[in-house]
Amino acid sequence: MEFFIGHYNYWVVIILMMVGLYTVISRGNLVKKIIGLNIFQVSVFFLYISLGTVEGGAAPIIAEGVKVYSNPLPHVLILTAIVVGVATTALALALVVRIKETYGTIEEDEIHNLDHSL
Amino acid sequence: MIDVVVDIILLTFLATTSIAIMRINNLFAIVMLFGIFSLLSAGLFVVMDAPDVAFTEAAVGAGISTVLMLATLALVKRKKEPYYDEAPQTHTAWLPLIVVIVTGSALVYGTWDIPSFGSPDAPSQTHVARFYLENSMLDTGVPNTVTAVLASYRGFDTLGEVTVIFTAAVAVLLLIGGKRPKPALKAKDEEGQDEA
Amino acid sequence: MKPNLILHVIAKFIIPLILLFALYVQFHGDFGPGGGFQAGVIFSAAIILYSLVFGLENAEKIIPHHWLRILASLGVVIYAGVGIESLFLGGNYLDYTFLGSNQIAGQHLGILLVELGVGITVASAMLILFFAFAGRGRE
Repeated sequence: MEFFIGHYNYWVVIILMMVGLYTVISRGNLVKKIIGLNIFQVSVFFLYISLGTVEGGAAPIIAEGVKVYSNPLPHVLILTAIVVGVATTALALALVVRIKETYGTIEEDEIHNLDHSL
Repeated sequence: MIDVVVDIILLTFLATTSIAIMRINNLFAIVMLFGIFSLLSAGLFVVMDAPDVAFTEAAVGAGISTVLMLATLALVKRKKEPYYDEAPQTHTAWLPLIVVIVTGSALVYGTWDIPSFGSPDAPSQTHVARFYLENSMLDTGVPNTVTAVLASYRGFDTLGEVTVIFTAAVAVLLLIGGKRPKPALKAKDEEGQDEA
Repeated sequence: MKPNLILHVIAKFIIPLILLFALYVQFHGDFGPGGGFQAGVIFSAAIILYSLVFGLENAEKIIPHHWLRILASLGVVIYAGVGIESLFLGGNYLDYTFLGSNQIAGQHLGILLVELGVGITVASAMLILFFAFAGRGRE
């Protein structure tokens, strides 16, 4: 039971990671691929924050009478990664919009057919 | 104990939501579920003692990125019903499934050696983390260690991150800023495709 | 779009509060959770809410596009400028110790300025992204 509680976080991280990976490599819709990438990204965030958590720790804001804090370094890395992540997601969505305007579709198979019929 | 229970329940919700996102075909529903997914993640970050990250995830994931995805859906929807459905799968994707299961099993096998969740003597807690927590108040006088590390100790890193955001904004402006062009070639292509 | 009375009243009530909260998160980030990244995103969320409820044209009147582009660059310039300023004052790049009379004061000023730069860039970059996507739908 202790082993289960101690590793449940990591197993869910792996499930999320694999769901994201599967969505990216098996679906043809470009918007859905981007959402799969986002799920993958969030799973990496969870991996980092789980590694930084300390049992019975408080948030890393120094205060009187608190002895144990969680690790601030993963928080810093992930905090910036989230905002950078939304900026890069927006860039990917912009590319999808341009693909739709040029090809008239966002399905990978149809784009492939259009490319070969020219 | 109570935070372990909340942690496990939220993680289970999260895994369920992600599988629902994978299985649903309607893109509109997927984007809404992704907003819920982000909100659940923000809750989990609070449980894992990371209020700064939770703050950001709640504002960015449940707010901005959902709005951006909805705006994209409005631009890429089909001409007629069903507007938001993705094309049906022509075949079952066995190869990706095998790849994912094999990779996932290898990763789960790897977790056997990870120190258990929250253990205070894990390698990640014993090096720089202790240094930051002990010295940040003396060095910078800022109680929030996350801010001290973000802006002072790792200031050069953050400068790079800000530049990345700036560059992404410039790139999006170059791609889809301004009005939509109406070339004749594009109109012809779409007609041909509708007939086919 | 047909105006919706409930949305208009609630939005008018809640937008100033969101902006105020963003400023609180920005300048209280040293002592509580918060900082430039969060504040920028919350600030832009308030303006995005405004443009969703009152229409894109009205939002563009509040913050014209060329301002947004200048502000997005200004944030990065503030950040890099603090680094160069500390070079001139005799420290390393982005070493805030020499900005104030003693180390603590210098670090405080440096962190405040740097977070301000981050906040300005993030807020205007998010608004640029939103306006680019929303403006694309118009013919």
